Amino acid sequence: MARLNDDNVRLAHEIISRYPRRRSATIPLLHLAQEQDGYLTDDAIRHVAELVGATSAEVLGTATFYEMFKFEPVGTYLINICGTMSCALMGAGELMRHAEQTLGIPVGGTTPDGMFTLEHAECQAACTEAPCLQVNYRHRFRVTPADLDRLVEDLRAGRLGAEIPPHGTLARVRQSIPVESAAGAVTPEQAGAPAWFPAKDPA
Amino acid sequence: MSSYPWAAGYIDDGDRPKIVTSRFHLEDGYTLERYQATGGYDGLRRALAKSPAEVHDEVRGATILGRGGAGFPAGTKWGLMPADKYPRYLVVNGDESEPGTYKDRLLMERDPHQLIEGCLIAAYAAGLAQVFLYIRGEMPLAHERVGQALNEAYAAGYVGTNILGTDFSVDIVLHWGAGAYVVGEETALIESLEGKRGEPRLKPPFFPAAIGLYGQPTIVNNVETLSNLPWLLVNGMEAYTAIGTQTSPGTRMVAVSGHVNRPGVYEIVNGTTTFRDLLYGDEFCQGIRNGNELKAFVPGGGSAPWFTPEQLDLPFEGRLVGAAGSMLGSGAIMVMDHTTDIPAAALTLTHFYAAESCGQCTPCREGGTWLERVLSRIVDGNGTPADLDQLLEIGESICPGAFPHASSSALGLEATPFPYKMTTICFVGPSAYAPVHSALTLFRSEFEAKITRRNSIPVTAVHATPETAGAH
Ligand SMILES: Cc1cc2nc3c(=O)[nH]c(=O)nc-3n(C[C@H](O)[C@H](O)[C@H](O)COP(=O)(O)O)c2cc1C
Ligand code: SF4
Ligand code: FES
Repeated sequence: MARLNDDNVRLAHEIISRYPRRRSATIPLLHLAQEQDGYLTDDAIRHVAELVGATSAEVLGTATFYEMFKFEPVGTYLINICGTMSCALMGAGELMRHAEQTLGIPVGGTTPDGMFTLEHAECQAACTEAPCLQVNYRHRFRVTPADLDRLVEDLRAGRLGAEIPPHGTLARVRQSIPVESAAGAVTPEQAGAPAWFPAKDPA
Repeated sequence: MSSYPWAAGYIDDGDRPKIVTSRFHLEDGYTLERYQATGGYDGLRRALAKSPAEVHDEVRGATILGRGGAGFPAGTKWGLMPADKYPRYLVVNGDESEPGTYKDRLLMERDPHQLIEGCLIAAYAAGLAQVFLYIRGEMPLAHERVGQALNEAYAAGYVGTNILGTDFSVDIVLHWGAGAYVVGEETALIESLEGKRGEPRLKPPFFPAAIGLYGQPTIVNNVETLSNLPWLLVNGMEAYTAIGTQTSPGTRMVAVSGHVNRPGVYEIVNGTTTFRDLLYGDEFCQGIRNGNELKAFVPGGGSAPWFTPEQLDLPFEGRLVGAAGSMLGSGAIMVMDHTTDIPAAALTLTHFYAAESCGQCTPCREGGTWLERVLSRIVDGNGTPADLDQLLEIGESICPGAFPHASSSALGLEATPFPYKMTTICFVGPSAYAPVHSALTLFRSEFEAKITRRNSIPVTAVHATPETAGAH
């Protein structure tokens, strides 16, 4: 484990080609690596560094800044319970305590079977639907303790597999720019106003 | 019907004008087919029939105040780029993570083509050679919807080379974050897009319009701001400014959360709708839950100083709210009823900003941590009388001088207008202090009670965060 596999290397090159500077692809490529392995391995970080033309230290420095990147395995299902104000006002604290009991782990912990990791999260842009949580970043709204128990059961029984992919997979639809219609990355070296601008200006 | 299972939280009772949410009632409003069937990409066609300068003038004339937080007019911002420096870039801020804020995610999930069309109009008008659409990492559904919409739009010839047969060519690149609140700050967003840690840049320059992505002139606009452009181009500047007030035209998306009967995301008329309308109005939140009394509310996202019932009749208008001691920010109202444990409520916000500090500035890194620590021990019943002064002293090191607050006749307080002075690079440091200052200024007796009665305070609606709960 694990450099990016061949499919992901192809995807990585496609993503890199969209940016004026390779290094801009760092975060998208780290997501690819995390999707492949569930977390970021040292090998993957080195590989991403090679691909974007940075040092491993630079890529690691970037990666550690962002909450979503994990450097050790986490559960197949990462349950993030929002504890910011709107959710706290609507019972996020009770929900978290209930989740700890149901899962039998403290916040920050992972169940022994590697199925669930429980984390305290910040505002998930769903504040009117408080209290809320995300499982692998898929929202659940107005969650009662009973809802949470059902959710955990459904996940255990594999009933939500179609909706909630394992940790690491984000969007299952990727952007793909057809070669023939791509305007192309515009590097800072390409000085001069674009073709349409300000050519049509009356001034 | 007034709410829709596919747009959780969105409510459209009444017959208010809709500029950005006009397709939210359609289950398939995010598809190209439905978008085109409902007037989609007509704004782009109209824009391309004009010169870029004419489109820019139209946007300038409409005074679209930035919806990301700072409220700077979009047309004016586009005019700040140096005339002779190219290429110029557009970075779309879809990082929505300010506590209480819920609108950009809906706009991306429910009407991604509207956002794409807005990006195209902006790029055309301001001569922006490439667009980067930065979406918060924790929003995979928004990625999927915007990604799918971009794929459709490329195939249909709306994005890419020679758009609709003209010489206008531009790529829109979907980019995604990985979880860091501070990256929403525009210079941090640019750092992050360059593949680095998302640390805000030192100012000046005050706007990336001068020096932005890769050192080039760059426009950063919010998702909602750009989503206004298609409607504007179709309906014109006069129709746009006929809604709302002269200083705050158009509509705004506002999320009202917390202790109201009907929390929701509403598109409201800008500048005239009052907080009382929003909290108590029939077409909005329909009053405080359980017939309870309103205690306080945060009018503009977690960073904003708090209001009390005394400010209910203020309209949703930036200048008036600023003069009254707070800000509209990102259109997020958080409501607290009389059962709320005020110090504990403030702690959830202070914890947020302390945790999200990028650590560059000592007053934010150390000050935020100390504010959280001192406040935690007060909430946990271990505070001392000296702690209250200490909170204010720490705040003074982040924001020297008078800190904005609302008036309160009961306390003999006169409003101190927004903004404040600050010793930090960005607003995260001051934001850790804002809830502490508001809570302590307006509800000091609740803090004193926690200190003198120690652990005997019953826990009410708000509980300590898991981290602080462990300290018992
Ligand atoms: C700490 C911090 C976080 C911010 N987060 C966001 C955000 O999530 N989304 C956003 O659009 N603007 C955010 N802003 C405001 C941006 O810096 C910027 O003003 C805005 O994106 C400009 O777009 P607008 O003019 O269209 O509003 C934030 C600002 C600060 C200081
Ligand atoms: S104020 Fe805080 S978050 Fe902002 S730049 Fe300084 S340390 Fe970073
Ligand atoms: S506070 Fe929980 S989603 Fe915003």
